[in-house]
Amino acid sequence: MAEIRLAHVSKRYGQAVALRDVTLVVRHGELLALLGPSGCGKTTALQIIAGFLVPDEGEVWAGDRLISSPRAVLPPERRRMSLVFQSYALWPHMTVFQNIAFGLELRRLPRDEIARRVAWILEVVNLGGLGNRYPHELSGGQQQRVALARALVVQPDTLLLDEPLSNLDAHLREQMRFEIRRIHTETGITTVYVTHDQAEAMVIADRIAVMNAGRIEQVGTPPEIYDAPQSHFVASFIGQANCLPGTLVGPALVRCGGLQLRAADCRAFRPGDDVVLCVRPPAVRVRRTAGAAAGDNLTVGRLVQRAYLGDLEDLRIALPGGVVVRAFVPAGQRYEPGEELLVELPADACRLVRP
Amino acid sequence: MPAGRRQDALYWCGVLLVAGWGLVQLAPILWMISTSLKPLREVFALPIQWVPRPPQWANYPEAWNHFPFARYFANSFIVSASVTVLNVLLAGMAGYSLAKYRYFGQRALFIAVLSTLMLPIEVLMVPTFLIVKSLGWLNTYQGLVIPVVADAFGIFLMRQYLLSLPDSLVEAARIDGAGELGTYFRIVVPLSWPAVLTLAIFTWRETWDAFVWPFIIITDDSLRTVPIGLQRFQEQYVTTYNSVMAISTVAMIPMVLLFFFFQRAFIRGIALSGLKE
Repeated sequence: MAEIRLAHVSKRYGQAVALRDVTLVVRHGELLALLGPSGCGKTTALQIIAGFLVPDEGEVWAGDRLISSPRAVLPPERRRMSLVFQSYALWPHMTVFQNIAFGLELRRLPRDEIARRVAWILEVVNLGGLGNRYPHELSGGQQQRVALARALVVQPDTLLLDEPLSNLDAHLREQMRFEIRRIHTETGITTVYVTHDQAEAMVIADRIAVMNAGRIEQVGTPPEIYDAPQSHFVASFIGQANCLPGTLVGPALVRCGGLQLRAADCRAFRPGDDVVLCVRPPAVRVRRTAGAAAGDNLTVGRLVQRAYLGDLEDLRIALPGGVVVRAFVPAGQRYEPGEELLVELPADACRLVRP
Repeated sequence: MPAGRRQDALYWCGVLLVAGWGLVQLAPILWMISTSLKPLREVFALPIQWVPRPPQWANYPEAWNHFPFARYFANSFIVSASVTVLNVLLAGMAGYSLAKYRYFGQRALFIAVLSTLMLPIEVLMVPTFLIVKSLGWLNTYQGLVIPVVADAFGIFLMRQYLLSLPDSLVEAARIDGAGELGTYFRIVVPLSWPAVLTLAIFTWRETWDAFVWPFIIITDDSLRTVPIGLQRFQEQYVTTYNSVMAISTVAMIPMVLLFFFFQRAFIRGIALSGLKE
């Protein structure tokens, strides 16, 4: 059983708090992404799981084994974990074969078994025939695959990945997302994947834990995180969102500046609460004011800026009260800056979150 | 003057300057070799005769057989090799601990190690002698070796080099299952080869040429090292400088070979451990 459990884990570096009371469960066999901006504590959390850092408070469990607490830490080499580093950390004085075989040699496997396993993992990561190369003779993508192969070949209970794609170019990064997902599906190893790239997390992860300022803001599947963000931070960090601060004035009714808007669900709040109303730009409907009809969440705005995105146009529209919202509309509408437009923020797409 | 020609002129000025400085550095060595081939009466003859005519090749076997130099060379080899191996081992591990671990008092320890660099050998001679004497190590190999095997310079050199070694390379070995010593010998040492070789060359040279400490604790003729053996040529009324220079020339050969061999390994080491994170 390789379920990883962090219970009330905190970590400080001097005065700076890296992790605050983090509680998280990584289920057996799942791929969980720790997602957040730089400095949010995600790498610290990974280093604590790996055993390179000691938590100041809280405990880390692997199945029924307590592996980290402020009093005792199981050393990294005894955790049955593998780690893929952001820099890959391939040993430059060893060939690809030697890099991958290192962990197997330490486990005292017979020579022919080592050769068989290395050959197998090189096929899994599509690097067959490159065993005799040195790391500096490989491209970035190939180095990344070697790092992955080295981590997987020892068949760890848990695989940890620390921003493994951040050194690759955009095209290769996109390709490798699917590759990592494929390998995870094939091996079924419990995996913790640290990234700051929300698109990467959405493609790769079974579940995402969004982190901010040392805390976990929300944990959920990619659709849950995208469609039902629970905080202002999650809504704005995952995809684009129009986040309008306001006050709940009635059942599902929010006053945002000069606007009164209806939201989909307000069960978590009481009238008088400060809330943030979030609506994704693709959900915002825009049309010309001619023939306009009154209705819920409907208002007239002035187009401030327009950006061409190929198949879409990104519009910035100023609403009454100074609120500016973004809307993605199909390209070819030929709206002009300064033009008055009718803007609808559909109630079923408006979600209320904590400020 | 056009820019291209001015650059050429600057280049050749630089070449002349470096060549001139090279000659200044080389002169004592040439003088040593030249003197080793002269008869004693011509050693101080002026003007200096750089190429002795005829060269006295017999000076070499004569000097070699005058005192048991085979024994002295063997002693020098044993002591230099022991000190070099132990110093590289100890300084490497100490430097590794200071560069890659975090523990209480680490900074104070590093400063304490560094501060020993400020102490001249004259200050250390008497207490070290008393300790070695109380251990019964006068006129022993361990007396020659142990007091000089852990020096602050080596620790400092290794620490500074290992600071540039990315932590992730060490952590990758640890999480792959390597223990402390496995990580050190299989990952850290091969990746710090240039520093290891530099320290080995420095230590060997220093020990091979060491005079003061062996002179203090060795009185037994069978334990003399080459520099102490050379001192035997200094007699009350005459010093046979041609013999001194002949043995000095022979004593230089291992250093030259060592440097020649290590230089190639040194360059290969840098090429293999081109570290970048």
